[in-house]
Amino acid sequence: MAAASVGAPLLGLGGAEATLSRLRPPPPGGHESIPLRRSAAAVAASIPRRRESLRSERASVASSRKTPTRAMLGFPSLCPTSLPSRQSRGRNNVRRRAPVAAALLELKPPPYPLDALEPHLSREAVEHHWGRHQRSHVDCLNAAIAGTQLEGMELEDMVVAAYNKGDPHPPFVHAAQIWNHDFFWQSMKPGGGGEPSGRLMELIERDFGSYERMIKELKHAALTQFGSGWAWLAYKANRLEVGNAVNPCPSEKDNKLVVAKTPNAVNPLLWDYSPLLAIDVWEHAYYLDYENRRADYVSTFLDKLVSWEVVSSRLENAINRATERAKVDEKRRQDDDVEATSRKPVEMYLDSDNDDSETE
Amino acid sequence: MRFQLLRSPSPSSSCCGYQIPFQPSNGVLLLRSSPMKIPKSHTKKKLSQSRRASEVLAYYGLTTPPYKLDALEPYMSKRTLELHWGEHHRHYVDSLNKQLTNSPLYGYTMEELIKVTYNNGNPIPEFNNAAQVWNHDFFWESMQPDGGNLPCGGLLQQIEKDFGSFSNFRDEFVHSAMTLFGSGWVWLILKTNERRLSVVRTSNAICPLVWGDIPIICLDMWEHAYYLDYKDDKRTYAINFIDHLVSWHAVTSRMMRAEAFVNLGEPKIPVA
Repeated sequence: MAAASVGAPLLGLGGAEATLSRLRPPPPGGHESIPLRRSAAAVAASIPRRRESLRSERASVASSRKTPTRAMLGFPSLCPTSLPSRQSRGRNNVRRRAPVAAALLELKPPPYPLDALEPHLSREAVEHHWGRHQRSHVDCLNAAIAGTQLEGMELEDMVVAAYNKGDPHPPFVHAAQIWNHDFFWQSMKPGGGGEPSGRLMELIERDFGSYERMIKELKHAALTQFGSGWAWLAYKANRLEVGNAVNPCPSEKDNKLVVAKTPNAVNPLLWDYSPLLAIDVWEHAYYLDYENRRADYVSTFLDKLVSWEVVSSRLENAINRATERAKVDEKRRQDDDVEATSRKPVEMYLDSDNDDSETE
Repeated sequence: MRFQLLRSPSPSSSCCGYQIPFQPSNGVLLLRSSPMKIPKSHTKKKLSQSRRASEVLAYYGLTTPPYKLDALEPYMSKRTLELHWGEHHRHYVDSLNKQLTNSPLYGYTMEELIKVTYNNGNPIPEFNNAAQVWNHDFFWESMQPDGGNLPCGGLLQQIEKDFGSFSNFRDEFVHSAMTLFGSGWVWLILKTNERRLSVVRTSNAICPLVWGDIPIICLDMWEHAYYLDYKDDKRTYAINFIDHLVSWHAVTSRMMRAEAFVNLGEPKIPVA
C-alpha cells in the first residue's frame, strides 16, 4: 500500500498530466523538497489504470525506465508475413529474449461451433472471419510483441498500453482487433435475440427512454460508421484521474449507458468505458452473407444473434467496477479531508498585539 | 423552356444507361456544362432562381466504367463490379446529390468540390461522398480488360528513375496495399513539388488531390472491392491489379497531363 500513497504514480498518464498529480501539502516543518511528483520521464506511458494493486508494483519497476520510444520498444514496423520493408531493418537492435511460449497469445475460439450461427452468419463467413482475420492478428501480434515491454501483459492492458494515448504503437491494431473480435463472438449466441431484461432493461429505459430507441440509435451508429469500424453499447462510468476533480453532486445517473461508434480498431476501453456489446461493421464481417446490405446484417444481429445474457453479466461487472472505484475515490477524499483537518495550524507571523501603540 | 424533374437514378431504372463520354479525370469533369447530347429529361439545371419550378435536380451523375461489367474476369468478377459500381458507387452518388439539395455548395467541378468539402483537414459531411465518387471514377478508369504487363516508353523510364526498377515499384505498391489497415486507397501519385512519382496510402475517402499532388493510379483497398473474389488475400488482389488490370494507356495519358502541369505550372490566364 505504501506504493499507492505518497509515491503513487499517476498511472497511465503521459508526462504532461504527471504535473497534475495530487499535491500533498508540504510536510510540516517548512519548505522541504516537495515529494511525490514523478518526472515526465519516470512515467511509463504504457501502464494503464485498471487493477490497482498489480499496477503499482509494475509501475515502480517501470518508473525507473524512461518513456519508451518506438525504437526502444523494438517494434518491427510490419507484420512479418508481409513483404520486408526497408524501414524495419534498423529496428531489430533491442534486447531480445527467447520468446516464452506461455507469454504468447492464443487464438481463442468462439463459444459455439463455427456453423452454429447459420443461417444468419454462414459457416464460411465465420470461418474466414475468425480463422483467417483474427488468426492473422494473433500471429502478427505475437511477432510484434516478442521481446518488448508488452509481452506477458493481459490483453486488455496491452490494448490500452499500446494505444499510447492516441499515438499507437504498431502492435495496437492487432491487440485491439483480437480483443474486439473475442468480445464480438461472445456477444452472440445461436438462437439469440429477444429483448434484455432485469437491470439492463431498467438502465436502457432510464438512459434511452425505451428499448426501441436504444436499438434505433445503435443501428444508426452501425450504419453511419464510415469505412471500417465497430458500433458499441457501453457503460460509461469513467472519471478523471486527477485527485482534486470532485463531482459536486454525485449521482447514480452519472454512470450511464451510451451508444458509440469507433473507427478501425479503436474500442471504448480506450476512453475508460466498459463495453457491453459490439457489432463488427468492418465489411469482412458481413460481405460474404449480406454483400453490401449492412442494414440487414445489423438488424439480423440485433434480432437473432445477440446474447443479452452476456451483455447483462458484463453490465453487472461494469457496475461493480464503477462502485468499487467510487469507493476508492471516496476513501481518497476522506483521507484528504482527514489530513487537511488534522494538520497543525500553520505558524503565522502576526504583528504583536500591542499594535495600537504605533498609532498613538 | 419547361424544366423537368430529374429523378435520382434508381438501380431498376435505366436512366443511367446512357454513356457519358468519358472525361479525363484530371480535366474538368463538369457534367453540367459539357456540350453533349443528353436527352432533355436528363438535363441538369439548378432551379433556385426560377419561381415556377420548385424541384432541385441532381447534380452529379454516375459514370459507367469504360468496359462491360464482366470484362475484368477472372481478376475481378462480374458480381463484384455489379455490387461495387452498381450499389456502392451509385449509393455515393445518390447520397451526394441528396446532401447537395438546397446546399450552398453549387457550381463546383468534382475536384473543386472535394477540395472545398475537405475544408483543410476538417471535412464536412459531403466530403466522404464527393471524394468516394471521384475516387471510384478514377479507379474504373485505371483498369482495363487485358491490362497489366509493362508500361512502355517514357512512363517506364520515369518509374525506373523514381523507384529504381519496375519491380521495385510493383513491390512497393503491393506492400502498401498489404499494410494498409482499415479501409482506404493506394495511389501512385506525381508529387508536384518534388516532381517525382511516389506510392502513398490514404484511408477511407481521402484523395491526394486534397494536398495538391496529382494521382496517376489508384487501387481500392476497401474490403468491398476484393472480398468476394479474394476474401482476405490482399496480396494476390494487389498483384493481380498491377499485373493484369491496370490500364497503362490511361496512366500514360494522365502522366502526360500531369507532367505538363508540373513542368509548365498552372496556366496563367492574363487579365487585361
